[in-house]
Amino acid sequence: MSALDNTARADGSEGSYNFAYLDEQTKRMIRRAILKAIAVPGYQVPFASREMPMPYGWGTGGVQVTAAILGSDDVLKVIDQGSDDTTNAVSIRAFFEKTANVATTTHTAEATIIQTRHRIPERQLEEGQILVYQVPIPEPLRFLEPRETETRKMHALEEYGLMHVKLYEDIARHGHIATTYAYPVKVDGRYVMDPSPTPKFDNPKMHDMAALQLFGAGREKRIYAVPPYTRVESLDFEDHPFQVQRFDKPCALCAAEDVYLDEVILDDRGGRMFVCSDTDHCEERRTAGHRGEMAGEEIAARLSAGHASDGEDGQ
Amino acid sequence: MSGATDRSELPLLRANGLTRFYGERIGCHDVSFELFPGEVLAIVGESGSGKTTLLNCLSTRLPPTAGAVEYRMRDGQMRDLFQLSEAERRLLMRTDWGFVHQNAADGLRMTVSAGANVGERLMAVGERHYGAIRGTALDWLSRVEIDETRIDDEPRAFSGGMRQRLQIARNLVTSPRLVFMDEPTGGLDVSVQARLLDLIRGLVTDLGLSVVIVTHDLAVARLLSHRLMVMRHGKVIETGLTDRVLDDPQAPYTQLLVSSILQV
Ligand SMILES: Nc1ncnc2c1ncn2[C@@H]1O[C@H](COP(=O)(O)OP(=O)(O)OP(=O)(O)O)[C@@H](O)[C@H]1O
Ligand SMILES: [Mg+2]
Repeated sequence: MSALDNTARADGSEGSYNFAYLDEQTKRMIRRAILKAIAVPGYQVPFASREMPMPYGWGTGGVQVTAAILGSDDVLKVIDQGSDDTTNAVSIRAFFEKTANVATTTHTAEATIIQTRHRIPERQLEEGQILVYQVPIPEPLRFLEPRETETRKMHALEEYGLMHVKLYEDIARHGHIATTYAYPVKVDGRYVMDPSPTPKFDNPKMHDMAALQLFGAGREKRIYAVPPYTRVESLDFEDHPFQVQRFDKPCALCAAEDVYLDEVILDDRGGRMFVCSDTDHCEERRTAGHRGEMAGEEIAARLSAGHASDGEDGQ
Repeated sequence: MSGATDRSELPLLRANGLTRFYGERIGCHDVSFELFPGEVLAIVGESGSGKTTLLNCLSTRLPPTAGAVEYRMRDGQMRDLFQLSEAERRLLMRTDWGFVHQNAADGLRMTVSAGANVGERLMAVGERHYGAIRGTALDWLSRVEIDETRIDDEPRAFSGGMRQRLQIARNLVTSPRLVFMDEPTGGLDVSVQARLLDLIRGLVTDLGLSVVIVTHDLAVARLLSHRLMVMRHGKVIETGLTDRVLDDPQAPYTQLLVSSILQV
Protein backbone atom coordinates (compact mmCIF):
# COMPACT_ATOMS: atom_id res chain seq x y z
CA MET A 1 0.00 0.00 0.00
CA SER A 2 1.70 3.18 -1.11
CA ALA A 3 -1.50 5.10 -1.63
CA LEU A 4 -0.58 8.24 0.28
CA ASP A 5 2.04 9.50 -2.13
CA ASN A 6 0.39 8.25 -5.25
CA THR A 7 -1.35 10.93 -7.23
CA ALA A 8 -0.50 9.61 -10.68
CA ARG A 9 -3.24 9.44 -13.28
CA ALA A 10 -4.21 5.98 -14.33
CA ASP A 11 -2.93 6.54 -17.84
CA GLY A 12 -0.61 9.44 -17.16
CA SER A 13 -2.69 11.92 -19.16
CA GLU A 14 -4.65 15.00 -18.24
CA GLY A 15 -8.41 14.91 -17.95
CA SER A 16 -8.79 11.24 -17.14
CA TYR A 17 -9.70 9.67 -13.84
CA ASN A 18 -7.57 10.40 -10.85
CA PHE A 19 -5.75 7.27 -9.69
CA ALA A 20 -8.39 4.92 -8.27
CA TYR A 21 -11.21 7.24 -9.34
CA LEU A 22 -11.62 9.34 -6.18
CA ASP A 23 -9.82 12.68 -5.93
CA GLU A 24 -7.06 12.91 -3.35
CA GLN A 25 -9.06 15.20 -1.09
CA THR A 26 -11.82 12.62 -0.82
CA LYS A 27 -9.33 9.83 -0.25
CA ARG A 28 -7.78 11.76 2.62
CA MET A 29 -11.20 12.21 4.17
CA ILE A 30 -11.92 8.49 3.86
CA ARG A 31 -8.49 7.56 5.20
CA ARG A 32 -9.08 9.73 8.24
CA ALA A 33 -12.30 7.84 8.87
CA ILE A 34 -10.45 4.55 8.40
CA LEU A 35 -7.71 5.52 10.85
CA LYS A 36 -10.32 6.52 13.40
CA ALA A 37 -12.14 3.24 12.82
CA ILE A 38 -8.92 1.28 13.39
CA ALA A 39 -8.25 3.25 16.57
CA VAL A 40 -11.69 2.41 17.97
CA PRO A 41 -12.32 -1.18 16.86
CA GLY A 42 -15.94 -1.89 15.96
CA TYR A 43 -17.06 1.74 16.24
CA GLN A 44 -19.00 3.06 13.25
CA VAL A 45 -17.30 6.20 11.97
CA PRO A 46 -19.49 8.49 9.84
CA PHE A 47 -17.93 9.60 6.57
CA ALA A 48 -19.05 11.74 3.65
CA SER A 49 -19.86 8.90 1.28
CA ARG A 50 -19.54 9.88 -2.39
CA GLU A 51 -21.63 9.00 -5.35
CA MET A 52 -19.91 6.21 -7.21
CA PRO A 53 -20.47 5.24 -10.83
CA MET A 54 -22.47 2.19 -9.77
CA PRO A 55 -25.72 1.72 -7.89
CA TYR A 56 -25.96 1.30 -4.14
CA GLY A 57 -26.21 -2.39 -3.54
CA TRP A 58 -23.12 -2.86 -5.67
CA GLY A 59 -20.72 -2.19 -2.88
CA THR A 60 -20.16 1.56 -3.09
CA GLY A 61 -18.98 1.64 0.53
CA GLY A 62 -16.43 -1.11 -0.03
CA VAL A 63 -15.36 0.47 -3.32
CA GLN A 64 -14.68 3.80 -1.65
CA VAL A 65 -12.63 2.15 1.10
CA THR A 66 -10.65 0.18 -1.48
CA ALA A 67 -10.11 3.30 -3.60
CA ALA A 68 -8.81 5.18 -0.58
CA ILE A 69 -6.25 2.55 0.42
CA LEU A 70 -5.22 1.25 -2.99
CA GLY A 71 -1.66 1.91 -4.17
CA SER A 72 -0.18 1.20 -7.59
CA ASP A 73 1.76 -1.82 -6.28
CA ASP A 74 -1.28 -3.46 -4.71
CA VAL A 75 -2.75 -6.68 -6.00
CA LEU A 76 -6.53 -6.71 -5.81
CA LYS A 77 -8.94 -9.59 -5.48
CA VAL A 78 -12.70 -9.11 -5.51
CA ILE A 79 -15.16 -11.76 -4.40
CA ASP A 80 -18.90 -12.00 -4.16
CA GLN A 81 -20.41 -14.95 -2.28
CA GLY A 82 -16.93 -16.48 -2.38
CA SER A 83 -16.67 -16.29 -6.15
CA ASP A 84 -14.41 -14.10 -8.27
CA ASP A 85 -16.65 -14.52 -11.30
CA THR A 86 -20.01 -13.00 -10.47
CA THR A 87 -21.13 -9.86 -12.27
CA ASN A 88 -20.63 -7.79 -9.15
CA ALA A 89 -17.09 -9.03 -8.55
CA VAL A 90 -16.13 -8.78 -12.21
CA SER A 91 -17.39 -5.20 -12.51
CA ILE A 92 -15.62 -3.97 -9.41
CA ARG A 93 -12.40 -5.65 -10.47
CA ALA A 94 -12.72 -4.10 -13.93
CA PHE A 95 -13.42 -0.73 -12.36
CA PHE A 96 -10.11 -0.74 -10.51
CA GLU A 97 -8.22 -2.20 -13.44
CA LYS A 98 -9.44 0.74 -15.45
CA THR A 99 -9.18 3.55 -12.91
CA ALA A 100 -6.03 2.43 -11.03
CA ASN A 101 -4.40 0.07 -13.46
CA VAL A 102 -3.55 -2.25 -10.57
CA ALA A 103 -2.77 -5.92 -10.85
CA THR A 104 -5.67 -8.19 -10.00
CA THR A 105 -5.79 -11.81 -8.99
CA THR A 106 -8.20 -14.52 -8.02
CA HIS A 107 -5.69 -16.13 -5.70
CA THR A 108 -6.22 -15.24 -2.07
CA ALA A 109 -2.55 -15.75 -1.23
CA GLU A 110 -1.39 -13.27 -3.89
CA ALA A 111 -3.77 -10.46 -3.02
CA THR A 112 -2.80 -7.51 -0.86
CA ILE A 113 -6.35 -6.18 -0.79
CA ILE A 114 -9.45 -8.36 -0.99
CA GLN A 115 -12.81 -6.67 -1.40
CA THR A 116 -15.63 -8.99 -0.43
CA ARG A 117 -19.35 -9.30 -0.34
CA HIS A 118 -20.77 -12.11 1.85
CA ARG A 119 -17.69 -14.26 2.48
CA ILE A 120 -14.28 -14.46 4.12
CA PRO A 121 -11.84 -16.58 2.10
CA GLU A 122 -11.22 -20.07 3.45
CA ARG A 123 -7.47 -19.63 3.23
CA GLN A 124 -6.14 -18.04 6.39
CA LEU A 125 -5.30 -14.40 5.73
CA GLU A 126 -1.90 -13.05 6.62
CA GLU A 127 -0.31 -9.95 8.03
CA GLY A 128 -0.13 -7.21 5.44
CA GLN A 129 -3.35 -8.26 3.75
CA ILE A 130 -6.49 -6.13 4.02
CA LEU A 131 -10.02 -7.46 3.78
CA VAL A 132 -12.58 -4.84 2.70
CA TYR A 133 -16.22 -5.74 3.34
CA GLN A 134 -19.18 -4.30 1.45
CA VAL A 135 -21.82 -3.49 4.05
CA PRO A 136 -25.50 -2.82 3.38
CA ILE A 137 -26.71 -2.10 6.94
CA PRO A 138 -23.97 -1.34 9.47
CA GLU A 139 -26.17 -0.89 12.55
CA PRO A 140 -26.72 -4.16 14.44
CA LEU A 141 -29.26 -2.54 16.77
CA ARG A 142 -31.42 -1.28 13.91
CA PHE A 143 -33.58 -4.41 13.99
CA LEU A 144 -35.21 -3.41 17.27
CA GLU A 145 -34.40 0.26 17.61
CA PRO A 146 -34.98 2.32 14.48
CA ARG A 147 -34.01 5.66 16.09
CA GLU A 148 -30.46 6.58 15.18
CA THR A 149 -30.11 8.94 18.16
CA GLU A 150 -31.01 6.08 20.46
CA THR A 151 -28.73 3.47 18.87
CA ARG A 152 -25.80 5.87 19.07
CA LYS A 153 -26.49 6.37 22.74
CA MET A 154 -26.70 2.63 23.27
CA HIS A 155 -23.28 2.14 21.69
CA ALA A 156 -21.83 5.00 23.69
CA LEU A 157 -23.17 3.62 26.97
CA GLU A 158 -22.52 -0.01 26.03
CA GLU A 159 -26.21 -0.87 26.41
CA TYR A 160 -26.43 -4.01 24.35
CA GLY A 161 -29.31 -5.88 26.01
CA LEU A 162 -31.32 -5.50 22.82
CA MET A 163 -28.96 -7.75 20.88
CA HIS A 164 -29.84 -10.55 23.23
CA VAL A 165 -33.54 -9.74 22.89
CA LYS A 166 -33.11 -10.52 19.21
CA LEU A 167 -31.35 -13.81 19.94
CA TYR A 168 -34.00 -14.62 22.57
CA GLU A 169 -36.69 -14.18 19.93
CA ASP A 170 -34.82 -16.52 17.63
CA ILE A 171 -34.74 -19.28 20.22
CA ALA A 172 -38.35 -18.68 21.28
CA ARG A 173 -39.47 -19.01 17.67
CA HIS A 174 -37.16 -21.66 16.26
CA GLY A 175 -35.82 -23.52 19.27
CA HIS A 176 -32.31 -22.38 18.45
CA ILE A 177 -30.51 -19.23 17.34
CA ALA A 178 -31.69 -19.12 13.75
CA THR A 179 -29.64 -16.12 12.69
CA THR A 180 -27.28 -17.57 10.11
CA TYR A 181 -25.71 -14.49 8.58
CA ALA A 182 -24.95 -10.94 9.77
CA TYR A 183 -24.55 -12.63 13.15
CA PRO A 184 -23.65 -9.95 15.71
CA VAL A 185 -20.21 -9.89 17.31
CA LYS A 186 -18.56 -7.96 20.09
CA VAL A 187 -15.24 -6.43 19.09
CA ASP A 188 -12.38 -6.12 21.54
CA GLY A 189 -14.84 -6.54 24.42
CA ARG A 190 -16.47 -3.21 23.67
CA TYR A 191 -18.50 -2.43 20.54
CA VAL A 192 -21.17 -4.71 19.14
CA MET A 193 -20.77 -4.90 15.38
CA ASP A 194 -22.59 -6.30 12.38
CA PRO A 195 -20.09 -8.37 10.39
CA SER A 196 -22.07 -7.62 7.18
CA PRO A 197 -24.10 -10.41 5.57
CA THR A 198 -21.35 -13.01 5.81
CA PRO A 199 -22.51 -16.42 7.02
CA LYS A 200 -21.94 -16.95 10.72
CA PHE A 201 -19.68 -19.76 9.55
CA ASP A 202 -17.10 -17.05 8.90
CA ASN A 203 -17.40 -15.34 12.29
CA PRO A 204 -14.63 -17.36 13.96
CA LYS A 205 -12.25 -16.29 11.17
CA MET A 206 -12.68 -12.66 12.20
CA HIS A 207 -11.34 -13.41 15.65
CA ASP A 208 -7.63 -12.75 16.03
CA MET A 209 -7.24 -12.40 12.25
CA ALA A 210 -3.74 -11.42 11.11
CA ALA A 211 -5.14 -9.22 8.34
CA LEU A 212 -6.75 -5.80 8.78
CA GLN A 213 -10.54 -5.85 8.30
CA LEU A 214 -12.27 -2.74 6.99
CA PHE A 215 -16.01 -2.31 6.52
CA GLY A 216 -17.61 0.26 4.22
CA ALA A 217 -21.31 1.12 4.05
CA GLY A 218 -21.94 3.54 1.18
CA ARG A 219 -25.61 4.35 1.49
CA GLU A 220 -25.40 4.53 5.29
CA LYS A 221 -22.14 6.50 5.20
CA ARG A 222 -20.27 4.46 7.81
CA ILE A 223 -16.83 2.92 8.03
CA TYR A 224 -15.71 0.54 10.76
CA ALA A 225 -12.73 -1.71 11.30
CA VAL A 226 -11.22 -4.65 13.12
CA PRO A 227 -7.45 -4.23 13.47
CA PRO A 228 -5.20 -7.29 13.17
CA TYR A 229 -5.22 -9.72 16.10
CA THR A 230 -8.36 -8.33 17.73
CA ARG A 231 -10.82 -10.25 19.88
CA VAL A 232 -14.09 -10.86 18.03
CA GLU A 233 -16.76 -12.79 19.95
CA SER A 234 -20.13 -13.92 18.61
CA LEU A 235 -22.97 -13.13 21.01
CA ASP A 236 -24.85 -16.05 22.51
CA PHE A 237 -26.51 -17.50 25.61
CA GLU A 238 -24.85 -19.81 28.15
CA ASP A 239 -27.37 -22.53 27.39
CA HIS A 240 -27.43 -21.80 23.63
CA PRO A 241 -23.78 -21.26 22.74
CA PHE A 242 -22.71 -19.88 19.37
CA GLN A 243 -22.26 -22.58 16.76
CA VAL A 244 -21.26 -22.45 13.10
CA GLN A 245 -23.14 -24.25 10.37
CA ARG A 246 -22.05 -27.82 9.77
CA PHE A 247 -22.24 -29.63 6.47
CA ASP A 248 -22.95 -33.35 6.23
CA LYS A 249 -20.63 -33.95 3.31
CA PRO A 250 -17.36 -32.54 2.05
CA CYS A 251 -17.18 -30.45 -1.13
CA ALA A 252 -18.32 -32.58 -4.07
CA LEU A 253 -15.50 -31.25 -6.21
CA CYS A 254 -12.43 -30.98 -3.99
CA ALA A 255 -13.48 -33.02 -0.93
CA ALA A 256 -12.70 -30.13 1.42
CA GLU A 257 -14.22 -30.39 4.86
CA ASP A 258 -14.73 -27.55 7.31
CA VAL A 259 -15.43 -25.11 4.50
CA TYR A 260 -18.60 -23.23 3.63
CA LEU A 261 -20.57 -24.99 0.90
CA ASP A 262 -23.10 -23.71 -1.62
CA GLU A 263 -25.88 -25.86 -2.94
CA VAL A 264 -25.77 -26.21 -6.71
CA ILE A 265 -28.76 -27.46 -8.66
CA LEU A 266 -27.57 -29.77 -11.42
CA ASP A 267 -30.77 -30.47 -13.32
CA ASP A 268 -34.53 -30.14 -13.03
CA ARG A 269 -34.93 -33.65 -11.63
CA GLY A 270 -33.71 -32.83 -8.15
CA GLY A 271 -30.06 -33.44 -8.88
CA ARG A 272 -27.85 -31.24 -6.71
CA MET A 273 -24.52 -31.12 -5.04
CA PHE A 274 -22.66 -29.10 -2.44
CA VAL A 275 -19.47 -27.36 -3.45
CA CYS A 276 -17.05 -24.83 -1.95
CA SER A 277 -18.45 -21.33 -1.99
CA ASP A 278 -14.85 -20.10 -2.16
CA THR A 279 -14.10 -20.96 -5.80
CA ASP A 280 -10.42 -20.06 -5.59
CA HIS A 281 -9.92 -22.34 -2.62
CA CYS A 282 -11.71 -25.14 -4.46
CA GLU A 283 -9.62 -24.73 -7.62
CA GLU A 284 -6.38 -24.68 -5.70
CA ARG A 285 -7.31 -27.88 -3.95
CA ARG A 286 -8.21 -29.57 -7.22
CA THR A 287 -4.96 -28.40 -8.77
CA ALA A 288 -3.21 -29.96 -5.81
CA GLY A 289 -4.89 -33.24 -6.66
CA HIS A 290 -7.83 -33.36 -4.24
CA ARG A 291 -10.88 -34.99 -5.75
CA GLY A 292 -14.45 -34.99 -4.50
CA GLU A 293 -17.11 -37.51 -5.44
CA MET A 294 -18.34 -35.47 -8.42
CA ALA A 295 -15.06 -34.05 -9.57
CA GLY A 296 -15.54 -35.06 -13.21
CA GLU A 297 -13.92 -32.40 -15.35
CA GLU A 298 -17.17 -31.94 -17.21
CA ILE A 299 -19.09 -30.89 -14.13
CA ALA A 300 -16.26 -28.67 -13.03
CA ALA A 301 -16.36 -26.97 -16.42
CA ARG A 302 -20.12 -26.50 -16.25
CA LEU A 303 -19.70 -25.02 -12.84
CA SER A 304 -17.02 -22.51 -13.56
CA ALA A 305 -19.15 -21.46 -16.52
CA GLY A 306 -22.19 -20.67 -14.50
CA HIS A 307 -22.63 -21.60 -10.86
CA ALA A 308 -21.93 -18.17 -9.57
CA SER A 309 -25.06 -16.42 -8.41
CA ASP A 310 -25.55 -12.74 -8.90
CA GLY A 311 -27.20 -10.68 -6.22
CA GLU A 312 -27.67 -7.08 -5.42
CA ASP A 313 -28.53 -7.00 -1.77
CA GLY A 314 -25.04 -6.26 -0.54
CA GLN A 315 -22.99 -3.16 -0.93
CA MET B 1 -55.22 2.59 50.93
CA SER B 2 -53.81 3.55 54.27
CA GLY B 3 -51.09 2.58 56.72
CA ALA B 4 -48.03 0.80 55.24
CA THR B 5 -45.77 3.83 55.08
CA ASP B 6 -42.93 3.91 57.51
CA ARG B 7 -42.20 7.54 58.19
CA SER B 8 -39.41 6.66 60.58
CA GLU B 9 -37.32 5.69 57.55
CA LEU B 10 -35.41 8.15 55.46
CA PRO B 11 -37.14 9.49 52.35
CA LEU B 12 -36.56 7.65 49.07
CA LEU B 13 -37.27 10.57 46.76
CA ARG B 14 -37.22 14.29 47.40
CA ALA B 15 -38.36 17.08 45.09
CA ASN B 16 -37.31 20.61 45.86
CA GLY B 17 -38.76 23.64 44.08
CA LEU B 18 -39.31 21.59 40.96
CA THR B 19 -40.34 23.88 38.10
CA ARG B 20 -40.77 23.35 34.41
CA PHE B 21 -41.68 25.96 31.85
CA TYR B 22 -42.53 25.36 28.23
CA GLY B 23 -41.41 28.71 26.91
CA GLU B 24 -43.74 31.14 28.64
CA ARG B 25 -46.23 28.48 29.65
CA ILE B 26 -46.03 26.86 33.08
CA GLY B 27 -45.79 23.06 33.11
CA CYS B 28 -45.37 22.72 36.86
CA HIS B 29 -44.23 25.27 39.39
CA ASP B 30 -42.28 25.08 42.64
CA VAL B 31 -43.22 21.56 43.67
CA SER B 32 -41.60 20.16 46.81
CA PHE B 33 -42.33 16.91 48.62
CA GLU B 34 -40.79 13.75 50.01
CA LEU B 35 -41.73 10.19 49.17
CA PHE B 36 -41.05 7.47 51.73
CA PRO B 37 -40.27 3.79 51.16
CA GLY B 38 -43.46 1.82 50.54
CA GLU B 39 -45.50 4.95 50.04
CA VAL B 40 -47.96 5.48 47.20
CA LEU B 41 -48.42 9.11 46.22
CA ALA B 42 -51.19 10.07 43.83
CA ILE B 43 -51.03 13.25 41.78
CA VAL B 44 -54.52 14.41 40.81
CA GLY B 45 -55.89 17.42 39.00
CA GLU B 46 -57.76 18.39 35.88
CA SER B 47 -56.42 18.07 32.38
CA GLY B 48 -53.50 20.41 31.76
CA SER B 49 -52.79 20.92 35.46
CA GLY B 50 -49.20 19.68 35.09
CA LYS B 51 -49.39 16.09 36.35
CA THR B 52 -47.51 14.49 33.50
CA THR B 53 -44.96 17.31 33.42
CA LEU B 54 -44.23 16.78 37.10
CA LEU B 55 -44.01 13.00 36.73
CA ASN B 56 -41.62 13.31 33.81
CA CYS B 57 -39.40 15.75 35.73
CA LEU B 58 -39.35 13.45 38.75
CA SER B 59 -38.39 10.48 36.62
CA THR B 60 -35.70 12.50 34.78
CA ARG B 61 -37.45 11.98 31.47
CA LEU B 62 -37.76 15.75 31.23
CA PRO B 63 -35.17 18.26 32.47
CA PRO B 64 -36.69 20.79 34.89
CA THR B 65 -36.23 24.52 34.39
CA ALA B 66 -35.42 24.91 38.08
CA GLY B 67 -35.33 22.84 41.24
CA ALA B 68 -33.84 19.49 42.13
CA VAL B 69 -34.82 15.86 42.53
CA GLU B 70 -32.88 13.63 44.87
CA TYR B 71 -33.07 9.87 45.16
CA ARG B 72 -31.68 7.48 47.73
CA MET B 73 -29.54 4.99 45.82
CA ARG B 74 -29.24 1.38 46.95
CA ASP B 75 -26.07 2.25 48.80
CA GLY B 76 -28.10 4.62 51.01
CA GLN B 77 -26.66 7.80 49.52
CA MET B 78 -29.04 10.59 48.49
CA ARG B 79 -28.05 11.73 44.99
CA ASP B 80 -29.15 14.67 42.88
CA LEU B 81 -30.61 12.90 39.85
CA PHE B 82 -29.65 15.57 37.37
CA GLN B 83 -26.04 15.35 38.54
CA LEU B 84 -25.82 11.66 37.71
CA SER B 85 -24.04 10.66 34.54
CA GLU B 86 -26.33 9.60 31.73
CA ALA B 87 -25.10 6.02 32.07
CA GLU B 88 -25.95 5.99 35.82
CA ARG B 89 -29.34 7.53 35.17
CA ARG B 90 -30.27 5.07 32.45
CA LEU B 91 -29.14 2.16 34.59
CA LEU B 92 -31.27 3.44 37.45
CA MET B 93 -34.27 3.78 35.16
CA ARG B 94 -34.11 0.21 33.93
CA THR B 95 -33.23 -1.49 37.19
CA ASP B 96 -34.30 0.36 40.33
CA TRP B 97 -37.23 2.16 38.71
CA GLY B 98 -40.22 1.36 36.61
CA PHE B 99 -42.31 3.59 34.37
CA VAL B 100 -45.81 2.55 33.35
CA HIS B 101 -47.19 4.58 30.46
CA GLN B 102 -50.86 5.24 29.85
CA ASN B 103 -50.42 4.01 26.30
CA ALA B 104 -48.90 0.53 26.63
CA ALA B 105 -47.34 0.78 23.17
CA ASP B 106 -45.07 3.53 24.56
CA GLY B 107 -43.73 1.18 27.21
CA LEU B 108 -43.60 -2.10 25.31
CA ARG B 109 -41.72 -3.40 22.30
CA MET B 110 -44.67 -4.24 20.13
CA THR B 111 -42.71 -6.34 17.62
CA VAL B 112 -41.16 -8.83 20.00
CA SER B 113 -42.83 -11.53 22.05
CA ALA B 114 -44.28 -11.07 25.54
CA GLY B 115 -41.45 -13.21 26.91
CA ALA B 116 -38.80 -10.98 25.35
CA ASN B 117 -40.62 -7.89 26.62
CA VAL B 118 -40.40 -9.20 30.16
CA GLY B 119 -36.86 -10.54 29.68
CA GLU B 120 -35.37 -7.40 28.16
CA ARG B 121 -34.38 -5.76 31.42
CA LEU B 122 -32.78 -8.98 32.62
CA MET B 123 -30.72 -9.21 29.46
CA ALA B 124 -29.85 -5.53 29.78
CA VAL B 125 -28.27 -6.18 33.17
CA GLY B 126 -26.29 -9.14 31.90
CA GLU B 127 -28.49 -12.24 32.32
CA ARG B 128 -27.21 -14.68 29.69
CA HIS B 129 -29.08 -17.89 30.42
CA TYR B 130 -32.02 -18.33 28.06
CA GLY B 131 -33.74 -20.90 30.24
CA ALA B 132 -33.49 -18.70 33.33
CA ILE B 133 -34.81 -15.65 31.47
CA ARG B 134 -37.74 -17.62 30.13
CA GLY B 135 -38.47 -19.09 33.53
CA THR B 136 -38.58 -15.64 35.09
CA ALA B 137 -40.76 -14.36 32.25
CA LEU B 138 -43.23 -17.21 32.76
CA ASP B 139 -43.34 -16.50 36.46
CA TRP B 140 -44.06 -12.81 35.86
CA LEU B 141 -46.70 -13.47 33.25
CA SER B 142 -48.62 -15.58 35.73
CA ARG B 143 -48.19 -12.94 38.42
CA VAL B 144 -49.90 -10.41 36.17
CA GLU B 145 -52.53 -12.99 35.20
CA ILE B 146 -51.46 -13.53 31.61
CA ASP B 147 -51.82 -17.13 30.48
CA GLU B 148 -48.39 -18.74 30.16
CA THR B 149 -49.26 -20.03 26.71
CA ARG B 150 -49.13 -16.44 25.46
CA ILE B 151 -45.42 -16.06 26.20
CA ASP B 152 -44.39 -16.21 22.54
CA ASP B 153 -47.16 -13.93 21.28
CA GLU B 154 -46.50 -10.33 20.39
CA PRO B 155 -48.31 -7.69 22.47
CA ARG B 156 -49.98 -6.55 19.26
CA ALA B 157 -52.20 -9.58 19.70
CA PHE B 158 -53.09 -8.60 23.29
CA SER B 159 -56.11 -6.69 24.57
CA GLY B 160 -55.60 -3.28 26.17
CA GLY B 161 -55.80 -4.69 29.69
CA MET B 162 -53.34 -7.48 28.91
CA ARG B 163 -50.89 -5.04 27.36
CA GLN B 164 -51.02 -2.93 30.47
CA ARG B 165 -50.40 -5.96 32.67
CA LEU B 166 -47.52 -6.99 30.43
CA GLN B 167 -46.07 -3.51 30.72
CA ILE B 168 -46.21 -3.82 34.49
CA ALA B 169 -44.51 -7.23 34.46
CA ARG B 170 -41.79 -5.87 32.16
CA ASN B 171 -41.11 -3.10 34.68
CA LEU B 172 -41.21 -5.19 37.84
CA VAL B 173 -38.93 -8.00 36.69
CA THR B 174 -35.80 -6.30 38.06
CA SER B 175 -37.44 -5.69 41.47
CA PRO B 176 -37.47 -1.90 41.24
CA ARG B 177 -38.04 0.09 44.42
CA LEU B 178 -39.84 3.00 42.79
CA VAL B 179 -42.44 2.91 40.03
CA PHE B 180 -43.90 5.90 38.19
CA MET B 181 -47.30 5.48 36.59
CA ASP B 182 -49.08 7.91 34.28
CA GLU B 183 -52.80 7.14 34.09
CA PRO B 184 -52.19 3.38 34.01
CA THR B 185 -55.90 2.61 33.83
CA GLY B 186 -56.82 5.40 31.44
CA GLY B 187 -58.59 4.41 28.26
CA LEU B 188 -59.66 0.98 29.56
CA ASP B 189 -63.18 -0.36 30.06
CA VAL B 190 -64.50 0.03 33.59
CA SER B 191 -64.44 -3.70 34.36
CA VAL B 192 -60.92 -4.02 32.90
CA GLN B 193 -59.87 -1.01 34.96
CA ALA B 194 -61.16 -2.57 38.14
CA ARG B 195 -59.24 -5.77 37.57
CA LEU B 196 -56.05 -3.88 36.75
CA LEU B 197 -56.38 -1.70 39.85
CA ASP B 198 -56.80 -4.79 41.95
CA LEU B 199 -53.68 -6.28 40.47
CA ILE B 200 -51.62 -3.12 40.95
CA ARG B 201 -52.83 -2.84 44.52
CA GLY B 202 -51.81 -6.41 45.26
CA LEU B 203 -48.37 -6.06 43.70
CA VAL B 204 -47.66 -2.75 45.42
CA THR B 205 -48.49 -4.28 48.80
CA ASP B 206 -46.69 -7.58 48.19
CA LEU B 207 -43.54 -5.97 46.88
CA GLY B 208 -43.56 -2.95 49.18
CA LEU B 209 -43.18 -0.66 46.18
CA SER B 210 -42.98 3.09 46.36
CA VAL B 211 -45.20 4.58 43.67
CA VAL B 212 -45.91 7.99 42.20
CA ILE B 213 -49.11 7.64 40.23
CA VAL B 214 -50.77 10.29 38.08
CA THR B 215 -54.51 10.07 37.66
CA HIS B 216 -57.44 12.36 37.15
CA ASP B 217 -59.67 9.70 38.66
CA LEU B 218 -60.19 10.26 42.39
CA ALA B 219 -61.51 6.72 42.76
CA VAL B 220 -58.17 5.38 41.56
CA ALA B 221 -56.37 7.66 44.00
CA ARG B 222 -58.63 6.53 46.84
CA LEU B 223 -58.02 2.88 46.09
CA LEU B 224 -54.26 2.97 45.58
CA SER B 225 -52.66 5.88 47.32
CA HIS B 226 -51.65 6.76 50.85
CA ARG B 227 -51.09 10.38 50.07
CA LEU B 228 -52.57 12.80 47.60
CA MET B 229 -51.28 15.88 45.87
CA VAL B 230 -53.84 18.10 44.14
CA MET B 231 -52.53 20.20 41.26
CA ARG B 232 -53.98 23.17 39.46
CA HIS B 233 -52.33 25.43 36.90
CA GLY B 234 -49.02 23.69 37.52
CA LYS B 235 -49.02 24.23 41.28
CA VAL B 236 -49.73 21.93 44.19
CA ILE B 237 -52.72 23.46 45.96
CA GLU B 238 -53.35 20.80 48.56
CA THR B 239 -51.58 17.75 49.86
CA GLY B 240 -52.24 15.27 52.63
CA LEU B 241 -53.29 11.74 53.51
CA THR B 242 -55.64 10.51 50.80
CA ASP B 243 -58.60 9.81 53.05
CA ARG B 244 -58.25 13.15 54.79
CA VAL B 245 -58.07 15.13 51.53
CA LEU B 246 -61.00 13.32 49.97
CA ASP B 247 -63.20 13.32 53.09
CA ASP B 248 -62.30 16.76 54.31
CA PRO B 249 -60.86 18.85 51.49
CA GLN B 250 -59.47 22.22 52.59
CA ALA B 251 -58.79 24.13 49.40
CA PRO B 252 -61.92 25.45 47.64
CA TYR B 253 -60.75 23.93 44.35
CA THR B 254 -60.32 20.51 45.97
CA GLN B 255 -63.79 20.80 47.47
CA LEU B 256 -65.14 21.46 44.00
CA LEU B 257 -63.18 18.55 42.57
CA VAL B 258 -64.38 16.14 45.23
CA SER B 259 -67.99 17.24 45.10
CA SER B 260 -68.07 17.13 41.32
CA ILE B 261 -67.73 13.39 41.26
CA LEU B 262 -69.83 10.68 42.78
CA GLN B 263 -68.82 9.80 46.31
CA VAL B 264 -66.21 7.04 46.17
N1 LIG C 1 -44.36 19.56 25.18
C1 LIG C 1 -45.06 20.62 25.59
N2 LIG C 1 -44.88 21.82 25.00
C2 LIG C 1 -45.57 22.91 25.41
N3 LIG C 1 -46.45 22.90 26.40
C3 LIG C 1 -46.69 21.73 27.02
C4 LIG C 1 -46.01 20.54 26.65
N4 LIG C 1 -46.44 19.54 27.44
C5 LIG C 1 -47.34 20.07 28.27
N5 LIG C 1 -47.50 21.39 28.03
C6 LIG C 1 -48.38 22.31 28.77
O1 LIG C 1 -48.07 22.22 30.14
C7 LIG C 1 -49.23 22.20 30.91
C8 LIG C 1 -49.30 20.93 31.74
O2 LIG C 1 -49.44 19.84 30.88
P1 LIG C 1 -49.40 18.32 31.39
O3 LIG C 1 -49.38 17.45 30.19
O4 LIG C 1 -48.32 18.19 32.37
O5 LIG C 1 -50.82 18.22 32.10
P2 LIG C 1 -51.60 16.96 32.68
O6 LIG C 1 -52.05 17.34 34.02
O7 LIG C 1 -50.78 15.74 32.56
O8 LIG C 1 -52.86 16.88 31.70
P3 LIG C 1 -53.70 15.59 31.21
O9 LIG C 1 -54.58 15.19 32.34
O10 LIG C 1 -54.50 16.11 30.07
O11 LIG C 1 -52.73 14.53 30.80
C9 LIG C 1 -50.39 22.36 29.93
O12 LIG C 1 -50.72 23.72 29.85
C10 LIG C 1 -49.84 21.89 28.64
O13 LIG C 1 -50.46 22.51 27.56
MG1 LIG D 1 -50.98 13.83 31.51
